[in-house]
Amino acid sequence: MKSFGKYVILLSTLFVNRERFRIYLRLIFEESVLIGIDSVFIVVIVSTFIGAVTAVQTAYNLVSPLVPLYVIGTIVRDMTVLELAPTITCVVLAGKVGSSIAGGLGTMRITEQIDALEVMGINSSSFLILPKIIAALITFPMLVIISGFLSIYGGFLASVLTGALTEKEYIYGIRYQFKDSNINFAIVKSEVFAFLIASISAYQGYFTEGGALEVGKSSTNAVTNSCIAVLLADYLLAQLLL
Amino acid sequence: MIELRGIKKSFNGKEVLKGIHGHFEKGKTNLIIGASGTGKSVLLKCMVGLVQPDEGIVLYDNRDFTDGTADEKQQIRKEIGMLFQGGALFDSKSVEENVMFPLDMHTNMSKHEKLDRVNFCLQRVGLENVNKLMPSEISGGMKKRVGIARAIALQTQYLYCDEPNSGLDPLTSIKIDNLVHEITHEYNITTIVVTHDMNSVLEIGEYIMFLYKGETLWEGDSTTILDTQVKELQEFIFANKLIRDMKSHSPNNK
Repeated sequence: MKSFGKYVILLSTLFVNRERFRIYLRLIFEESVLIGIDSVFIVVIVSTFIGAVTAVQTAYNLVSPLVPLYVIGTIVRDMTVLELAPTITCVVLAGKVGSSIAGGLGTMRITEQIDALEVMGINSSSFLILPKIIAALITFPMLVIISGFLSIYGGFLASVLTGALTEKEYIYGIRYQFKDSNINFAIVKSEVFAFLIASISAYQGYFTEGGALEVGKSSTNAVTNSCIAVLLADYLLAQLLL
Repeated sequence: MIELRGIKKSFNGKEVLKGIHGHFEKGKTNLIIGASGTGKSVLLKCMVGLVQPDEGIVLYDNRDFTDGTADEKQQIRKEIGMLFQGGALFDSKSVEENVMFPLDMHTNMSKHEKLDRVNFCLQRVGLENVNKLMPSEISGGMKKRVGIARAIALQTQYLYCDEPNSGLDPLTSIKIDNLVHEITHEYNITTIVVTHDMNSVLEIGEYIMFLYKGETLWEGDSTTILDTQVKELQEFIFANKLIRDMKSHSPNNK
């Protein structure tokens, strides 16, 4: 409870004594590159393979002659949009981005760089954390959209190349009874996860005490806590929005 | 001038500062000395606002920093420059960007004006052609110099140095000490140096405050410190054989 209170207080300090808007603009751009662009490669790899594996495993389990083959495409689409693209991508990003945020801030803390900002009269939490959260809110949905597209495309490649179903059947399957509200749901999830991952990781890094060993612990805690928060939020959002 | 009035601070029930009073005058290199664990760094953090004292106030030219409003504190902070023990340079920024950082944050100077100021500050601390280097590419002594350049980039009125020569060789230590001393006189600023290095004490100590177990045990300057009768201060000073020899050859020694 004490940690949660400290986390809430930290978040409330992000919006007081802020610096000039143009300073944040530059920082948000820089953080977007670090959080977003630098994560594209891992998202591409993970998403493509997840889609491919989902298609292959669905085809393997779908042995009944009563179920049409195009259902494989439908299942890949719905699993991707509802769960795999937003949740798995964000869990992967919790590892990559979360540890990077916590490690960076933790190192700044133990080398007195955060103290230096405070002495200069700069609100260090707002200056360091707010741009990271905003950058995550901007880039995570984009990464999730890329992930969704690639996952479905990965499923297409695996299905067609293995001969599990034809191109026409797969495309018919992914179009069958498509609900665009599912896309909105995925975007909402990605925004919530982005906030949780960036803020929890920043909290862990910002309050690091000690030396290099503690920076490592902060990074580990950031990833663990972010993943737990993402999965809890995933369940709550599913209950609330579906 | 910086004034301390009854600064007290405890951590987990342990009293680290037991009511410190003091005056640090403008245009002087003021030193806070003492052995490790006597509360020097905590006092420094209370003075710059990184730690809130439990009791007492810090006044900057009669302006209350401890209990002042956020705007008043902000204004005073813009007049404070600080050299941290490890330099505390921003790893992701070059030397030039580090020195330019306070100017970016607190002024509306043009890029050209800022660059001129950065070059002036770097030249003042004896650094040239290092603008584009990253902190990881320069030596410990150079990091301290860059730290000083960053600290004086704005119109600094109060300069704090936390153990400025820790981890440096004796020659570089003396250079850094002299640089801090020269800057203090040149810009007529109030400088406070926290150190346990006796070379610094004898070299630049115009006003010296000796802390012992969270209390001020002695105040004076470099000309009187060797003649102190305070036992704890004697133990601190004469731990060094060279200083003991100096004392034994002193004309005041009886």
